[in-house]
Amino acid sequence: MGQTVFEPWNDPDAKPLIQFKGVTKRFGDFTAIDNQTFDIYEREFFALLGPSGCGKTTMMRMLAGFEAPTEGTILLGGQDIAPIPPNKRAVNMMFQSYALFPHLSVWDNIAFGLKRDRMSKDAIAARVEEMLKLTRLTQFARRKPHQISGGQRQRVALARSLAKAPKLLLLDEPLGALDAKLRQATQFELMDIQEKTGTTFVIVTHDQEEAMTVASRVAVMDNGRIVQADTPARIYENPTTTYVADFIGDVTIVTGRATRSGEGYEVRYAEGAAPIYSAFDIDLAEGDTCHIALRPEKVAISAERPEGRRNAVQGKIIDIAYLGNLSTYHVEIAGGRMVKAQTANTRRLSRRDFTWEDTVWLSWTDTAAVLLRE
Amino acid sequence: MRRLTWFNATSLTLGFAFLYLPMLILIIYSFNESKLVTVWAGFSTKWYGELLRDEAFIDAALVTLRVAVVSSTIATVLGTMAALVLVRAGRFPGRTLFSGMIYAPLVMPEVITGLSLLLLFIGIGLDRGILTIILAHTTFSMAFVAVVVSSRLMTFDRSLEEAALDLGCSPFDAFRLVTLPIIAPAVISGWLLAFTLSLDDLVIASFTAGPSATTLPIKIWSSIRLGVSPEINALSTIMIAIVAVGVITASLVTKRASLRQQAEERAAAQQA
Amino acid sequence: MRRLALIALPYAWLLALFLVPFGIVLKISLSDIALAIPPYTPTLDFSGGWAGLKSFVSQLDFENFVFLTTDDLYWKAYLSSLQIAVIATFLTLLVGYPIAYGMANAPDHWRATLMMLVILPFWTSFLIRVYSWMGILSTEGYLNQLLLWAGLISEPLTILNTPVAVYIGIVYTYLPFMILPIYSALERMDGSLLEAAEDLGCSRLTAFWLVTVPLSKNGIVAGCFLVFIPTIGEFVIPSLLGGSQTLMIGKVLWEEFFNNRDWPVASAVAVVLLLILIVPIILFQRNQQKQQEAEG
Repeated sequence: MGQTVFEPWNDPDAKPLIQFKGVTKRFGDFTAIDNQTFDIYEREFFALLGPSGCGKTTMMRMLAGFEAPTEGTILLGGQDIAPIPPNKRAVNMMFQSYALFPHLSVWDNIAFGLKRDRMSKDAIAARVEEMLKLTRLTQFARRKPHQISGGQRQRVALARSLAKAPKLLLLDEPLGALDAKLRQATQFELMDIQEKTGTTFVIVTHDQEEAMTVASRVAVMDNGRIVQADTPARIYENPTTTYVADFIGDVTIVTGRATRSGEGYEVRYAEGAAPIYSAFDIDLAEGDTCHIALRPEKVAISAERPEGRRNAVQGKIIDIAYLGNLSTYHVEIAGGRMVKAQTANTRRLSRRDFTWEDTVWLSWTDTAAVLLRE
Repeated sequence: MRRLTWFNATSLTLGFAFLYLPMLILIIYSFNESKLVTVWAGFSTKWYGELLRDEAFIDAALVTLRVAVVSSTIATVLGTMAALVLVRAGRFPGRTLFSGMIYAPLVMPEVITGLSLLLLFIGIGLDRGILTIILAHTTFSMAFVAVVVSSRLMTFDRSLEEAALDLGCSPFDAFRLVTLPIIAPAVISGWLLAFTLSLDDLVIASFTAGPSATTLPIKIWSSIRLGVSPEINALSTIMIAIVAVGVITASLVTKRASLRQQAEERAAAQQA
Repeated sequence: MRRLALIALPYAWLLALFLVPFGIVLKISLSDIALAIPPYTPTLDFSGGWAGLKSFVSQLDFENFVFLTTDDLYWKAYLSSLQIAVIATFLTLLVGYPIAYGMANAPDHWRATLMMLVILPFWTSFLIRVYSWMGILSTEGYLNQLLLWAGLISEPLTILNTPVAVYIGIVYTYLPFMILPIYSALERMDGSLLEAAEDLGCSRLTAFWLVTVPLSKNGIVAGCFLVFIPTIGEFVIPSLLGGSQTLMIGKVLWEEFFNNRDWPVASAVAVVLLLILIVPIILFQRNQQKQQEAEG
């Protein structure tokens, strides 16, 4: 039995859990969110990704109820949530600072929301134990927040916000305060818990690696707009704008003019240089300005011109960034343009094939060069 | 690491000697046998006995305590409310006047506050007594509470309240269950400050107290205007002792608590 | 709704017991001396409408303020209050700065204790702290006894009931207000700044003048205002330590009110005192704001 692919956004019958309909948020003259319409589906792990000030936190605070949209509506399960105050929403939030109550123990922090629901004492105790077990915190139940480590605090915050079994969990930079190693381990833990509980997660982050790792879909934001919302793979492989291509991973952008050629386009970027061919079929008129986005790891570097490659350019190595497992070569091609090419260092450094000032050939496949209009 | 230089050691020694010698002399001479305060005639605790048998002093002390407890409690409630308004309420009509009225009593000469309140009480026909002193003390000490509490509120992490709301608290519950317990130390020190100011006040109480209510400072004042008295020395010693025990205990307790917290945080960071 | 109640309660309290009393002081200061008990003529009667208000205003006069300028007791008292406040503030700075400096440079584990020792007198009765000097400074007091015993003087000095005693009293009681802001400014100072200054060729003394003093300027200014403002209206210290020759406006107001029972003049004295205080208070607030902005 093959596993069915989880892609409700491609299923026209799927009912979204959250719908943003023409949502705009202004603070005075400043437009934080600019007329956004999009859906988030049940059981999704949805990431809002962007630099600080792009509006991702505002988006989340509107879902939690701490900000109200200036225009438009937000629906949760088909119901407008504007009139519902934050304390009545089936939405919980994990705060960036964790916002653990310093005067309460771990146990009481987790029980805090349950007590507000007037649950019976036994039911509360059972639920808290369950959450403690889920987040592996059972032995710290009696401690106060300042008596546990940063990673444990993060798990308490998660347990507290999950305890009420919300329809939707909002996570505001949940791993921002952890060091790099702990962050990686915690990312997998988060995915695991999301899968176990079946809760819809919306995560806000500025860390593209984190978004790519945990999310089923990533929405890249810029200046109050979602520029592209798609699976991590498509965001990386098929960015729709240079902003997205540049924001996710390393990239070389070459700007030129398009000419139709078979399935794709030829792009002329410099006087006298051979055009770059891209097999991407987007709607471009003859002579339109367009951009080629090239991932460094998809660019091969060689001493001789490789056989059978339509895209091959000659250049000179200006800089080499040695990263241990990888090396990135900065190669100057016609028109003074820099193209980055990355190779895995499978041999020892002393046996490196190329060095500064070497003239080399760069080549890539027809589909490697992504063609972008803006 | 900072070292203690000769200059610093000297200035600290002289400075603290200046601060504490007068009080030390007062304490020593409160055990003086002689009625002549400046002549040492041997050790005795008889002035303490005289003091405790003097009903006027005991009555004044009781009045003062009652006034201080009631006025500082009302001042703490009103001052905390005022602090919340200053830090949280944003803009509202008359905000400038409000914050002006909060801060003004801090710098207002006591003679003016006392005079103006007295004229008000006479104007509305309120008999001067314990009630009028309480009203007066509440008014000027709530400003101090407001300043202490608002400076704590300014550094308060608002996301804690948002978390409480997010977990289902009403705004009032969020304040009661989260904000208040966390700012409690500031509220308590505000209360203590208001209490001390009330205990200590001579000028405003003199204006607003009638013949029916004499506070301890008023009583002390009428005795010492005529010169140094051994009974007052004994009383001063008792008051200094109470304050010293209170302040030293409080600072030891907070110091130990902060040391323990530091140790626990360090331990928590290591086990991670 | 709740927000409204939150604002309304303290607001109403302050209006009724802070602002309205001031209105009354102002009104009485403009009223006739004639009556020493209320109602002070004229009274404001709103039932008279506009005409009533007009006749009320026409009855007010600046007689009491004119009186303040004609009797030289008052302007002498204002001037001498200012003079005493300025000198006492300066003396407090001279005494307080070295203490604050010593505290800021004391070993770390001493600081909490030193801090407590500075604050402790603040919690003890002001009256008692002033009183403690009476026994020291009187003609047969401990200081004179000590000096006579040491053979430094042959006749006891008269210190109590002179301005010198007032200065001592002010410096003594207001010293914590000077030390604390200066200490907190000095404590925040980065020690490597002085090393940098010395590295660039300053002697320790010039480094102190060119680096430490400017960096503690905000603390000095705040401390000076905290001493200067309450000193102007001070009543207890000049009454207990100053004797009859020390004129201070707080004492004049008190005597005008309690001894002469002249309430309109006492009110006029209060109004003028307030006007004098407004300038330093505004300057002080500016300084605090500037400091807050610089830190925030």
